[in-house]
Amino acid sequence: MSRTLFAKLWDRHAITTREDGASLLWIDRHFVHEGSHHAFARLDQRGLPVARPDLTFGVTDHYAPTRRDRTPDADIARMMRTLDENCARQGIRHFGLADPRQGIVHVIGPEQGLTLPGLTIVCGDSHTSTHGAFGALAFGIGATEVAHVLATQTIWQKPARTMRITVDGTLAPGVGAKDIALAWIGRLGAEGARGHVIEYAGSAISGLSMEGRLTLCNMSIEGGARCGLIAPDAITRAYVAGRPQAPADMDAAEADWSTLFSDPDAVFDREVALDAARIAPVVTWGTSPEHALPITGTLPDPARAAPDEAGQIADALAYMGLSAGRPIAGTPIDQVFIGSCTNGRIEDLRAAAQVLRGRRARVPGMVSPGSAPIKAQAEREGLDRVFAEAGLEWVASGCSMCVGMNGDLVAAGKRCASTTNRNFKGRQGPGARTHLMSPAMVAAAAVTGELTDLRGLLAGRGTA
Amino acid sequence: MSGWQTHNGRAARLMLDNVDTDQLIPARFMSTPRSAGYGDFLLHDLRASGTAVIDPGVSVLIAGRNFGCGSSREAAVYALVDFGIRAVLAPGFGDIFAANAANNGLLCAVTDTAALTTDTTIHIDLAALTIRQGAHTSGFDLDPVWQRKLINGWDDIDLTTRAAGTISDFSAAYAVRHPWTVPRQG
Ligand code: SF4
Repeated sequence: MSRTLFAKLWDRHAITTREDGASLLWIDRHFVHEGSHHAFARLDQRGLPVARPDLTFGVTDHYAPTRRDRTPDADIARMMRTLDENCARQGIRHFGLADPRQGIVHVIGPEQGLTLPGLTIVCGDSHTSTHGAFGALAFGIGATEVAHVLATQTIWQKPARTMRITVDGTLAPGVGAKDIALAWIGRLGAEGARGHVIEYAGSAISGLSMEGRLTLCNMSIEGGARCGLIAPDAITRAYVAGRPQAPADMDAAEADWSTLFSDPDAVFDREVALDAARIAPVVTWGTSPEHALPITGTLPDPARAAPDEAGQIADALAYMGLSAGRPIAGTPIDQVFIGSCTNGRIEDLRAAAQVLRGRRARVPGMVSPGSAPIKAQAEREGLDRVFAEAGLEWVASGCSMCVGMNGDLVAAGKRCASTTNRNFKGRQGPGARTHLMSPAMVAAAAVTGELTDLRGLLAGRGTA
Repeated sequence: MSGWQTHNGRAARLMLDNVDTDQLIPARFMSTPRSAGYGDFLLHDLRASGTAVIDPGVSVLIAGRNFGCGSSREAAVYALVDFGIRAVLAPGFGDIFAANAANNGLLCAVTDTAALTTDTTIHIDLAALTIRQGAHTSGFDLDPVWQRKLINGWDDIDLTTRAAGTISDFSAAYAVRHPWTVPRQG
């Protein structure tokens, strides 16, 4: 019988199935971060040890100070220290603040070769969907589920419905994975893929680098999906080869991975098709990732919207301080942020630097690489100087302004062009106004001080 | 955790759709130990601005579509539970949020809320899957395992420890089938 990639991944990890259809799945990799303290406390309450510390990895990222020379406040220091202690006590390998491999969990998993095709990967963070770019079944879980995985190395899951998003054709210069993601979420809505696992397919997807695939799968959750998936191919194998934690026997691994694809006649519950050539650079205007527009678009007008949507649109426009019916391009911004597990990888930094090289930013901003190794790589390539010369602050790696837990916040009423994944009210700080877009688009916004079509700034610079 | 089968309480209505986990509890409160109580953080910024009004003593929330969308932060559930909310009634919920809720005794009932009001007591019956208010009775959808967990006060760890033998058999066979999945040491 022909099966989808999702079904193949599911079947190889299913231990048992109970009467409601939920299966107990074996977990290959479990990442914990500072926020996992609730789960460790639950485990202690029951007097249970961590079942498989060798498959569990600690990462300091959510509260990591991006200015390492400053002393973090007491709450933040306590959160980091609690993770240090829990990992040490339970024999869990830990990528702490002082570790040269430190970074955002969804960046360093792939970077270290811990993320591999065919695995199940969980973490108490919804953007765990990122790792699906390797053809791994990867999803975010809550604190009780984190405790469950710590105690049993398994998790109960109901089979999801399947959706295939096929993107064929060639992306225009300056358009990338972030634009594909925001384009489909804008079209299907923030719950458009709820209850589904998305497999991305088509020539525009196989043409993406691993970095781009990670960005796309990262954003899957913003459209309501549980996971994103891309079948492993030569690009995947080339990325994994030589990573510190790549399998010792790569031949055996690759033989196994070669079976990980959706059979040609596999049936998906839903099929969506996008034409890559028609995707323009996308920005969000409102307070949900579904509030996405091509940069050439105009802001929606509640007066013209369906009655059930008018209130939400008016509310989002008011929060964002924007007027209905105006073009989105030309909106003045106060600051920029480049980083996060969505767009903090080396390719993202290169794309931003390409626009910024030899130019000055008109607004302040921060660039936070996704990991310490990426920071070192960028410095070898001189990207840090490009950012510094443009007037942007080059800081250490962590979740930083994606979520503001470490104190890197956007002030109330300020407008930030950001490479992150969520524009929810208050996400970057109480009252903060977030516009999501690609790194190159953020760079273009920095240079002009307003939301702008980066394609006007690429002349003579090759393509990102 | 203790289970529950029926609940009678007053409701508050939250008219917004897509109330996400960042609204339910802003990130800046999340370094607080649970023992300090999370009730005050519930919908903190929306309540501070008057967008959301939930009177003390309310134990049922009538919400809009896609309630609890966004992140896996279970603290969103803690804020509801610690405030005293027993049930959220809405047309739909974020997946991870609903799973987290079931592990903490909070009912996420998928139902049409149009006929419900905040004027009188709402009666919820977990076993019969019904909501009654005055003369009006309607049903709601709930995953049968979540129903069992809520009624018995169980979480998943309670359910899984019964399968310990099966898990160790599986993991041994799995390691033989896919030896490359075991990470290197160091
Ligand atoms: S960068 Fe943002 S989305 Fe990514 S793991 Fe950190 S907080 Fe979550």
